[in-house]
Amino acid sequence: MSTDVTAAADAPEQPTTRAIATAAGGGKARRVKDRLTSPWATFAAILIATLWTIPTFGLLVSSFRTPEEIRSNGWWNIFVSPSFTLENYLDVLTVQGASSANLGSYFVNSLVIAIPAALFPIIIATMAAYAFAWIKFRGSGAIFVLIFALQIVPLQMALIPLLQIFSEVLGISGTFPAVWIAHTIFGLPLCIFLLHNFISEIPGEVIEAARVDGANHTQIFFRIVIPLSLPALASIGIFQFLWVWNDLLVALVFSGGTADVAPLTQRLAELVGNFGRNQERLPAAAFISLIVPLIVFFSLQRYFVRGLLAGSTKG
Amino acid sequence: MSAFWSDLVSKFGIMVLGLAVFAAVVGLILFLADRAPKRGRDYWQLAAFVGPSIVLLAVGLVYPAIRTTVLAFFSRQTANGSDFVGLDNFVWMFTQPEIVIVLVNTLIWVALVPTLSTIFGLAYAVFIDKSHGEKVLKSLVFMPMAISFVGAGIIWRFMYEYREVGFSEQIGLLNQILVWVGQDPQPFLVNSPWNTIFLINVMVWIQTGFAMVLLSAAIKGVPVEIIEAARLDGANAWQSFWNVTVPGIRGTLVVVITTISIATLKVFDIVRAMTGGNFDTSVVANEMYTQAFNRGETGYGSALAVVLFFMVLPIVVYNVRVMRKQKEIR
Repeated sequence: MSTDVTAAADAPEQPTTRAIATAAGGGKARRVKDRLTSPWATFAAILIATLWTIPTFGLLVSSFRTPEEIRSNGWWNIFVSPSFTLENYLDVLTVQGASSANLGSYFVNSLVIAIPAALFPIIIATMAAYAFAWIKFRGSGAIFVLIFALQIVPLQMALIPLLQIFSEVLGISGTFPAVWIAHTIFGLPLCIFLLHNFISEIPGEVIEAARVDGANHTQIFFRIVIPLSLPALASIGIFQFLWVWNDLLVALVFSGGTADVAPLTQRLAELVGNFGRNQERLPAAAFISLIVPLIVFFSLQRYFVRGLLAGSTKG
Repeated sequence: MSAFWSDLVSKFGIMVLGLAVFAAVVGLILFLADRAPKRGRDYWQLAAFVGPSIVLLAVGLVYPAIRTTVLAFFSRQTANGSDFVGLDNFVWMFTQPEIVIVLVNTLIWVALVPTLSTIFGLAYAVFIDKSHGEKVLKSLVFMPMAISFVGAGIIWRFMYEYREVGFSEQIGLLNQILVWVGQDPQPFLVNSPWNTIFLINVMVWIQTGFAMVLLSAAIKGVPVEIIEAARLDGANAWQSFWNVTVPGIRGTLVVVITTISIATLKVFDIVRAMTGGNFDTSVVANEMYTQAFNRGETGYGSALAVVLFFMVLPIVVYNVRVMRKQKEIR
């Protein structure tokens, strides 16, 4: 199902077909009509965009207000009595101790979880995708369809037995490797499927030519497949990274929940569980976890949109 | 502070070690495949490329899914093992009033979120199609899609925050608006059944951007000539939208609705972060976690996971069917 989605996602990046058609011979009447309907449509669009942005904007404003202000009145009062402090950020990031938010450690955990958990599935999936696309073997098609079908198995179906395997057989429950492996497994079906779509599009002549020159599969993989698939690897890698960064469920089950391993999302869920006591910390804490996705979103929007749309069926 | 730095160094050490071990294992596998004996080299190479994926998926996904299905027919696991209980776990689900509420809530979610997100997303896509600054407007509504559900939950906790009258000023914008127009503030997240609607609102806030981006791309794909022909035939804006644009983007509409439906059925983080499933707001995915991991009721948890699977299944099958049909048409 994701092929079409990717195709649709690519469309807006081309200069809009409509603009070209209108310019080429679209007719004056249409342009006039557009100009007539435009103000109302623009007004409605701006209204919706404002409504959609206010909640996030409000939290951002709150995060820079003093704890007393956060507790005593709403963020909109900043327009009446402006104030600015970094106190909350310093508090949640640097203060150590049992009752402190201690987000510095959790931020490190999130990075240590998300970087390998994005790389592992991509690399293993690229290998499998290459095999399904370019190594002829019996049952290839059937196994590929089976892997595709695995996407519909909800994470929830795997959690209990996988945790038992990790804790009773491997003895790694509550460690970084447990979280990496879990994310790798859950990411594989979609990564294999998407990368297969891409790698099977590599022109057959290129692979044939390499084979005639005596290259074996390992050499073809490293010299041709990886370099040619880099854009796809980047898109899917970014998406997988953000998926892991934003995940709560896998972390809750496999990380053990201590400051040694648990990611930011898990700490945030704990803090928000005691909303009354952590009110002044939560806005700053939330933004510390949002900053990475927002940077990725605004700087790599092209890749992000592609990866996200292609991967939206995951989970 | 020095504790923090030593902690940081040791954690990044683990990460570098993990990456190195991974690279070594993958490198070794491919090296061995490269140097495999001439006889049956193709098989060795094949095994090297697909082996890791197949082993991981078999052990980590296929076996667990089967085992979960089996566990759904057993009682909770204790030191003495567990007993076969037949369909008891499923009977429990449909007779326990609070679990029936969970099932009903899940149905409300999957009915409302895809519908509302698609309507808002489509309307917005049409509006910005004719306006200036399309890119910026798109980014603003699409942004919630990038952040975590937990982050979104916190953002909306502050929007919904309730203070009793006379206790202090409202700090939640929605209650402040109620106060400004002379109404009493409401504990939005406590009063059932409306609290479920307020949680659903958060998911709609997130998914509208997704619907909008996809539908916007699809709308641009509808040939201008057809729309213009409709206009020349005297159709007004609404008629040409309804009779030309909507049929033209039907395929994308199906993708959007089914994708959001699946995401909605699996929603867990929003409920966890906002109410913890209290006040009659739990859904299947959340209840599964609560039963299996907070209460140790592996039988109940597994049964709920199986129910979730069967809720997702028909949507996926329908989606694949529509896809196939479209490919045939092309």
